[in-house]
Amino acid sequence: MQLARASVVEDVQPLPAELGRVELLRLSSIGKRFPGVQALSEVDFDLQSGEVHVLFGENGAGKSTLINIIAGTFPPDDGTMTLRGQPLRLHSPHHARQFGINAVFQEFSLVPTLSVQDNLYLGREPKHAGILDKAAIARGTKETLDLLEFHLDPKAQVGRLSRAEQQMVEIAKAIQGEPSILILDEPTASLTENEANRLFALIERLKEQGLGIIYITHRIQEIRRIADRVTVLRDGRAVATVAAGDVSESRLVELMTGRTVDALYPTIDHQPGPVMLQATGLTLVNGRVRNVSIDVRAGEVVGLAGLVGSGKSEIGRAVFGLEPIASGSIAIGGDGVQHPTPRGMLDRGVIYIPSDRREEGLVAMRPVRENMSLAALGLPTFSRLGLLRRRLEGRTVRSIAQRLNLRPLNIEREVAYFSGGNQQKVVLGRGLARNVKVFIFDEPTTGVDVGAKVEIYAFMKELCERGAAVLLISSDLPELLHLANRAYVMHRGEVRAKLTGSALTEEAVLANFFDHDADAA
Amino acid sequence: MTTAPMEREAAGANRLSDLARSIFSTVGILPILLAVVILYFASQESRFYGTANLTNVLRQSTYLIIVTLGQALVLISGGFDLSVGAVIAVTSVVSARYMASHYAANPNSELSSVLVGVGIGLLVGVIFGLVNGIGVARFNVSPFIMTLGMASVGSGFALYYTGGSPVSGMPPLFTREIGTGRWFEIPVPVYAAVLATIVVLFLVGSTSWGRYLYAIGGNTKAAFLSGIPVGVYTASVYVMCSLLAAVAGLLLTARTSSGEPNLGGQYPLESITAAVIGGISLRGGEGRIMGAVLGALFITILTNGMNLIRMESYFQTMAIGVILILAVIFDRLRDRWRV
Repeated sequence: MQLARASVVEDVQPLPAELGRVELLRLSSIGKRFPGVQALSEVDFDLQSGEVHVLFGENGAGKSTLINIIAGTFPPDDGTMTLRGQPLRLHSPHHARQFGINAVFQEFSLVPTLSVQDNLYLGREPKHAGILDKAAIARGTKETLDLLEFHLDPKAQVGRLSRAEQQMVEIAKAIQGEPSILILDEPTASLTENEANRLFALIERLKEQGLGIIYITHRIQEIRRIADRVTVLRDGRAVATVAAGDVSESRLVELMTGRTVDALYPTIDHQPGPVMLQATGLTLVNGRVRNVSIDVRAGEVVGLAGLVGSGKSEIGRAVFGLEPIASGSIAIGGDGVQHPTPRGMLDRGVIYIPSDRREEGLVAMRPVRENMSLAALGLPTFSRLGLLRRRLEGRTVRSIAQRLNLRPLNIEREVAYFSGGNQQKVVLGRGLARNVKVFIFDEPTTGVDVGAKVEIYAFMKELCERGAAVLLISSDLPELLHLANRAYVMHRGEVRAKLTGSALTEEAVLANFFDHDADAA
Repeated sequence: MTTAPMEREAAGANRLSDLARSIFSTVGILPILLAVVILYFASQESRFYGTANLTNVLRQSTYLIIVTLGQALVLISGGFDLSVGAVIAVTSVVSARYMASHYAANPNSELSSVLVGVGIGLLVGVIFGLVNGIGVARFNVSPFIMTLGMASVGSGFALYYTGGSPVSGMPPLFTREIGTGRWFEIPVPVYAAVLATIVVLFLVGSTSWGRYLYAIGGNTKAAFLSGIPVGVYTASVYVMCSLLAAVAGLLLTARTSSGEPNLGGQYPLESITAAVIGGISLRGGEGRIMGAVLGALFITILTNGMNLIRMESYFQTMAIGVILILAVIFDRLRDRWRV
C-alpha cells in the first residue's frame, strides 16, 4: 500500500542516447503554492528534442499547474527552469511563445465570434503599412490546415464548430507559431478515433522534426502508442519518471494513486431488485440523445460510459428535467413522469449530482449547513409553514457531515474554503438530507483527491447495499468497471452496447467508444 | 533553522497587512468610514451633533433605509432595481390624488380616505414589482433593462397623470400624523423604518424564502437543481422591493404634504450605494441586511453633514457617485483578499 516510499527507489530513467537528441527544457525543484494548497513541490522534469514526454496523474495532482508554469501563465515560487541550458524566466504565455513554447489547453483560447483564420492569427496578424494582409492570413491558414490534414473551413465562425473541430483549431493555432516545445493537455478528450489517429500521425511527424512534446493524458493506450517517457505526478510531487516501453498498466495506476487497485475500489454486493428508474425511447429536443432506453434497479450500480459528447451526461440531465425531451417516457418506481422537473423528481426520490459542482452544485459563499439542506428545506424536518427550524437543521446536517466524514467538520464554514473532495461530499450530502431512492451521479470524482475518492466510493457502496438505485455516469473507466454491476455504452447519442457481468471489460467498453469509419485502417 | 532578520520583518509586515485585510473583509469598510465622517462633521460644525439635527438625520434616514432594505433583497437574489424612484413617484401622485379628491368630496371620512389611499399606494408598488419580476423571471429580461425601462415608464406616467404639477389637499390626518407627527418624541416614520427592518431581518434569517434568495443569488443553477422554483422567488423579491419603495413613497408624500411627480429620483443610486457600501455583493448571494441599513444611515449622515457645511448640492451628487464607485472597487478587493 505504501507506494510513496517504494517509488523513491525508482530512478529517473535517462532517455536512450540517440543521434541529435538535445535537452530542450529542464525544470529543477519546482514548487508552487496557491492560497491554502501546495500545488507543486520539488518537481524535476526534463524534455528532450524529438520525444513525447507524458505527464500522468489524477485530477489535482499538479499536472495543470506544471504545464501552466512551463507555458508562462504564472511563475513558479521555487526552483529553476532552463531552456537549452539557458536560464528561463517567463512573464506571460505570450513571452513563452516567443521562446517557441506553445500550449493547447483544455480550456480553449479561442474567440468564438471570430473565424478560424482570424483566430489562428490573433495577436500576430500580418500587416502591410498597418493594414491587415488578409490574403496572407488566408494563405497561411490553408497551409497549416493542409499540413495537419484538418478539414475545416477557414472562414467558419469558431463558435459554430463542434468541440472536436474547435480542438483542431486550437492545435492548428499552436502549430502555427512554429514551436520547439508543444504542450498538449488531453488533446484527444473530444476527438473521434479517426481524428485522434491523425493527431498521432502528426505528433510522429513533429517528433521527427525535433520538437519536444509534453502530453497530458489519462489514457494508458495513448501512452503505449506515442509516449517515450512518462512522469507520474501525485499530490504535487513527481513520483517517478519511467520509460514508457517497460512499465505495466497496474504499475502506472499504483504510482498515480499511491494505492493498489484493490484498496481503491470497494467490492459492491449488488442485489438487483425492482426497476426504480426506467427511460424508454428517450429522444431529446437538441438531438444529443436518440431513442435511448435504460433501466436501473434498486440495489445496483449501473454505469453509463461514453466519450465526451456521446450523450451520456444528457441522459441523466433529461431524467432530472434539465434537458427538454422530444419523445419517449420516463418512469420512477413504475410510475410514469410526464414532465420531469428537479422539484418533481426530488419529490419522487430522485437526485441528480451534477458533474460541475462549482457551476451547478454549490452556493460557494454560503455555509455547508445551508448547502446541504437546500434541496430539502421544504420538508417538515427543516421548516414548518416557511419558518426554518434551524436547530433541527443544524443537528441533521451535522450528522450527515459526520457520516460523510467531512473535513474539517465545521458546517458553518463557507463551502468555498473546502477542498474539492470535501465540496463534493457537501453536494452528495444533499441526497442524504431527504429520502432519496435513485441517485444519478454525473462524474462524481472529477477534481477529487484519492482519499476523498475512496470515501465517495464507500458512500456509493453503502447506498447501493441499502437498496438505492445508482446510475453512475463516468468518463473514468476503471471507476466504472469496478463499481458497476452492468453498463450501457453511449455513442453519438445512442446506446451502442449493454454489458453485463463478465462481458463488462475495458476492451468491450472501449471497442464501443469510437467510430468505426470505413476509412479507418 | 534561523530566520534572517529581514525575512522576519517582512513576515511581521505581512501579518499586519493580513490582519487589516481580515478586518476589512469581515466587517467591511463601512464602520471606519462612518466614524471618519461623523468625527469630521462634528469637528467642522457644532450644529451637527445637536439634538435637533440628530432627530432630523434620523427622520431623513428612514426613507432611504426602507428603500435600501428592498434593494438589498433584490441584490442578494442576484438582480437590482433601478425603478424604486419611479415607484415612489407613482405611489405619491396616485395615492395623493385619491386622498385629496376623496377627502374633498367627503370631509367627514378622513380616516377611510387615508386608509384607502395608502392601500392604493401599496397596490402601485405590488403592480410595479410584479411587472419587473415577471419580466426578469419569466421573460429573462436583464434586471438592468427591465427596471430601467420601468423607471422610465413610471416617471413618465407620474408626470402625465399630474400634468407635471404637485397634488395638494390631502387630509391633515395623513400629513400631520404620518408626515410630521411624533410618538414619544420620535418621528413616526422612524417606527416604520424599524418595523420594516425587523420584518426583513426575520424574512431573511428565519424563513425558507430568505434562504432561497441567498441560494438563487449565489448560484441560480444549484438552486434550480435543488428543486427551488427560482422564477417564483425571483419575481417575489421584486414585489417585496417595490412594496417597500411604495411604503417610502407614502411616507415621503406625507412629509411633503403633496403628491410629487418628481419625488424619489435619487433613490435608485442612493439605495444601491447604501447596500453595496454596507457589504451587499453586486454579484448576489452575499451580504447582511444590517450592513445595508448602516449603509443607508451613512449616506444620510454624509448628505446631512454636507448640507450643514454648505457644500453645493452639485458637489454632493458628485460625492455620492464617487462613493458608489469606491464601494464597488472595495467589494471586488474584498473578494480577492478573501481567497
